[in-house]
Amino acid sequence: MPLLRVEGLTKHFPVRGGALHRRIATVQAVDGISFDVPRGETLGIVGESGCGKSTTARLLMRLIEPDAGRVLFDGRAVATAGGISLREMRRMMQMVFQDSYSSLNPHLPIEDTIAFGPTVHGVPREMAKRRARDILAKVGLDPNLFIRRYAHELSGGQRQRVNVARALALEPEIVILDEAVSALDKSVEAQVLNLLLDLKRDLKLTYVFISHDLNVVQYVSDRVLVMYLGKIVETGPVEAIYRRPLHPYTQALLSAMPSMDPRRRVSEPPLFGDPPNPINPPPGCRFHTRCRFAEAVCGASEPALSAGAAGGHFAACHMVIAGSGHSRAPGAVLGGGA
Amino acid sequence: MIDATPSGTAAKIDAGIDLAQVAARSRGYWRTVWLRLRRDKVTIFFGLLLALVFLSAAFAPWLAPGDPYATSMIRRLKPIGFPNHLLGTDELGRDMLTRLLYGGRLSLFMGITPVVSALFLGGLLGLLAGFLGGRVNMLIMRTMDVFYAFPSVLLAIAISGALGAGVVNAIVSLTVIFVPPIARIAESVTTQVRNLDYVDAARASGAGSLTIIRVHILSNVLGPVFIYATGLISVSIILASGLSFLGLGTEPPEPEWGLMLNTLRQSIYVNPYVAALPGVMIFVTSLSFNLLSDGLRSAMDVRL
Repeated sequence: MPLLRVEGLTKHFPVRGGALHRRIATVQAVDGISFDVPRGETLGIVGESGCGKSTTARLLMRLIEPDAGRVLFDGRAVATAGGISLREMRRMMQMVFQDSYSSLNPHLPIEDTIAFGPTVHGVPREMAKRRARDILAKVGLDPNLFIRRYAHELSGGQRQRVNVARALALEPEIVILDEAVSALDKSVEAQVLNLLLDLKRDLKLTYVFISHDLNVVQYVSDRVLVMYLGKIVETGPVEAIYRRPLHPYTQALLSAMPSMDPRRRVSEPPLFGDPPNPINPPPGCRFHTRCRFAEAVCGASEPALSAGAAGGHFAACHMVIAGSGHSRAPGAVLGGGA
Repeated sequence: MIDATPSGTAAKIDAGIDLAQVAARSRGYWRTVWLRLRRDKVTIFFGLLLALVFLSAAFAPWLAPGDPYATSMIRRLKPIGFPNHLLGTDELGRDMLTRLLYGGRLSLFMGITPVVSALFLGGLLGLLAGFLGGRVNMLIMRTMDVFYAFPSVLLAIAISGALGAGVVNAIVSLTVIFVPPIARIAESVTTQVRNLDYVDAARASGAGSLTIIRVHILSNVLGPVFIYATGLISVSIILASGLSFLGLGTEPPEPEWGLMLNTLRQSIYVNPYVAALPGVMIFVTSLSFNLLSDGLRSAMDVRL
């Protein structure tokens, strides 16, 4: 049983307007996504802005209520009879936010910020404070120097370390890192990333690592999940996806990845246009409006997530599904040499 | 403190430098506020002036040279500097200095009480509206908007008039007109703070709404609301005096600055300086409150 299992998670935000404040449209922020995170692994979630990455994180933490689907923690459904309570889930699963500044209360000293979670869960104040000192040392900040400081007295990297400490203070098993290093500059980003990897090893943590930075995701993840307009387009082991991406969207993303190698140059943009409006996503495959392999079938029917290669490598593309009607599908007669 | 850092001379030196920086920078919130306030001469001056007004009102029975109610037909409307009557006498021959000292008690009470009660009521309403959002917010804030539709002075006069003259009724009417602006400030700050990541982080730690409000929201809302309320006290003193001036607040023999201004206004051609004295007191007190709240506002801003 994986530590975290997500089944058909869906969130549609109503767009209200008009004289009577009626629901006039729906943003399909997250639309029926399912995935597993095995214990001790890191799942990287990548995608463009607005593809539903952060909504997924907030749905997992239940900061917003899902419209459909369920989350199983260690085999037990969250907030259902016989399952795990919301409160207990929020001890075992924690989250680090992107904006290190707005995620710290400006009026609380670091000590109180970190000790807040344990106190809420009934740890006596003195013990919570001692735990705050221990954890602060673990994230590489000297407790003697930082314990009485306020958020505005810290640098971005220090603040994000405090945020990590706050998440770890509850001794969680899984930590969701929502763009946790994206706002830091490169050298600090690398330090915090290495800190996260060390902590993962030492505390036997499981990570859900959300980022738009493909290099970072490649560096930290065991498995990767690619999202586009609220749906999963591809998922699989990190090496498989980076070596041989199956979905044209993933291919485009990867070819947009900045490279240090001067021989590997990209002179034309891999993708044209902006993602379509999630209020009215295109029918069929949501990517077909920007896909250079799009054919009639792509606009007509939606491809299911199907096994495209060995090792749990899945993609939602008609070119992967045998007999889908796409000319490049495996076994197709008109195939261009596939 | 240095000994607690990891061993090794390099680490100790680093820690030493850092400690010096920390000592200079991190002193805790209220200490920083106080240090900033101390450098602000204007705020300190008006703060002391205000303290003087308060103390003189509090110790009026010991400071005042006479009885505030003792009239004297032969010593009516004497000018400032008259023997035994340092600040002259009013139209019934009562000692002005005595009445000004005693008058501060009622004037300050009527100025501060409505603001304090509005602070609780409006603060609570605004906090609820901001934190719960949605329909509750609509209900509370649109009701507040109804009060905004009337000019506040007119509304205070109307409510006082309907309830009848008297100190308590004047306080009630002033409370009613101060609740909407305080609620509006509390609501806007709460709405702002509620959507910040640290509130989400607190919720993700498993905290309930009451704990989140207590620890994370209140500390951020209290500052701006408190500063705004300090500024309202000056308005309240003026309005309370205004109500008394119109005969809707305190009733005659009682000493109160607004009422004194009213009864002395017929004598303004006879003895203009004495007639202006209660007005001067109102002016000085409300000005002090205004400047003090301005100074507090800049001293309490965390981001500076």
